[in-house]
Amino acid sequence: MPRPIPVPDATSKPFWDACNEKRLIVQHCTYCDRKQFPPEPECRECGWHFHLSWLETSGRGTIVGYSVTYESRIQAWHPEQPFNNVIIALEEDPVINFHSNLPGVPVDEVPVGATVEVEFLEVTDGQLIPEWRVVS
Amino acid sequence: MAKETGWERNSDPLGIWEHRGKVAMVGRGHSTTDRRWDGESMDKTLGAYSLVAAQNAMEDAGISPDEVDGIISSAGGQANGQPLGEVWAPRPYFDPPYDSEDGLSHVTAEWLAKQLDLKNVTYMNSHGDTVWNLIGQAAQAIGDGRATVCLVTYPNGNMAGRYHQESSLEASGNAQWSSPWGWGLSGQGFTFDQYCRKYGSNHDRMAPFIVQEHKNGRLWPYSYYALHEPEPFTEEDYLNGRMIAKGLSIFDCDRPVQAAACYVVTTAERAKDMKQKPVYILDHTESAFRPRSLVQTLDDTEEWTDIQAKRAYAGSGLTPDDIDLFSPYDGFAVFTQYFLEAFEWRGVKRGDAHDFYAGDISLEGPNPLNAGGGNMGTGRMRTVFITDSMEQLQGRAGPRQVKGKAEIAVTIGVLPGNAGCLVFSSTPD
Ligand SMILES: [Zn+2]
Repeated sequence: MPRPIPVPDATSKPFWDACNEKRLIVQHCTYCDRKQFPPEPECRECGWHFHLSWLETSGRGTIVGYSVTYESRIQAWHPEQPFNNVIIALEEDPVINFHSNLPGVPVDEVPVGATVEVEFLEVTDGQLIPEWRVVS
Repeated sequence: MAKETGWERNSDPLGIWEHRGKVAMVGRGHSTTDRRWDGESMDKTLGAYSLVAAQNAMEDAGISPDEVDGIISSAGGQANGQPLGEVWAPRPYFDPPYDSEDGLSHVTAEWLAKQLDLKNVTYMNSHGDTVWNLIGQAAQAIGDGRATVCLVTYPNGNMAGRYHQESSLEASGNAQWSSPWGWGLSGQGFTFDQYCRKYGSNHDRMAPFIVQEHKNGRLWPYSYYALHEPEPFTEEDYLNGRMIAKGLSIFDCDRPVQAAACYVVTTAERAKDMKQKPVYILDHTESAFRPRSLVQTLDDTEEWTDIQAKRAYAGSGLTPDDIDLFSPYDGFAVFTQYFLEAFEWRGVKRGDAHDFYAGDISLEGPNPLNAGGGNMGTGRMRTVFITDSMEQLQGRAGPRQVKGKAEIAVTIGVLPGNAGCLVFSSTPD
């Protein structure tokens, strides 16, 4: 299915490039020892940019909750309706969240609380995005 | 005109508002309410409706245009200053005063001041904030002495078509983090899902609240439903609502409408000489927050609304027991429970809202929540929260007049993440 493709910008490009290498990275402020996602030009805590670096994550997380989309405002998604919209919390820092459609899991049968692992889905030539699958 | 900044009361800890009880709301005016503008009737544009609302408000307060020295308008009712629905362009414009977007799909203070021939305006502001923030801004300006008699207009328009529809296959800006997974209104569903898991509830338990709001809204003469769909809305209707996202049916989403409202805000001193009983403003506070990560979680929502409640109580010097009428925003119906639990009105604590909805929340009972009917009962004009609070305190809410005490009213909107809160009183102290 053709779906909206992420358009990297100066701030997000390292994240999307890492996805293409099948690595899930988030920003890390070494001054605040704080992870940040989605990426921003500065650390939201200290306001500085020069302590920001990229940190590879465990690629593991937990399903914290979900909804099911029946009527999307995004036209490309209409043929897929209804579909799962799942929120993942990163294992090492549950404040950090990711989206998932949990491919292969029937609609509205999302195992909240289950452990998931990142995988990468090619959405167009040369662009992978993070997806997640249930491991336990 | 640049948007005035620095007037907000949003730094913690907040003290009692320095102008507590010294600013008052007096008149209110509304246009009628349509589902959409038809693109032809020049007496039904958003501009025409704003003029009607302003004239009605001045007449209600018993003042002439020459007495007005301030005007604040929300250009289109949206935070980005843009219209809510489609804009008219690129179609050809009409003759003056409808020879630009201004007056058609949005309405600036400049346009209104010109059309109303307000000769003595020295304070003017136009931007996209919602009605709570506009009144907060007017209250601060009047308290500070930048204006004495200020019109606050709030238009909310709706043209043909469905808005917020996305046809692009390029997800840039914020959309790069959400559209590839089809995330949208599922956000409201997700937070509601977290709420129901944490506290043990479900979507059906919203029904008594929505039904009551529709009942109240049918009693407000400007409600879209009172005007166009007066037949009762039942629990069965609600439970059969088509799902937009799990946890969010069509009946949890407000109905876009074309309407305008206007309020006269002035000093407590000047208010005494006007036609209506003054409604004193004890406090205004504003709040804006961002999710800690990708999406607004229940934790974010509860943290934000707790701060909003804390500010409102600190700024007004009141406690939950003092509030007779509480009108938290409901544009997505799920918002109301987050505000209600944060403010602990009638002792409602986190997780208690749906039990509270199952009790007596009628106009006749002790807990008249959203006595005006909210957006669900009136349509998305967002102004019933203000108008009903005023009318209840003035004792002129007619069939909606609550049976209990009506001396203090609190209303907050528009989002848990971005809101203005107003505390009204029938007395200045
Ligand atoms: Zn930092």
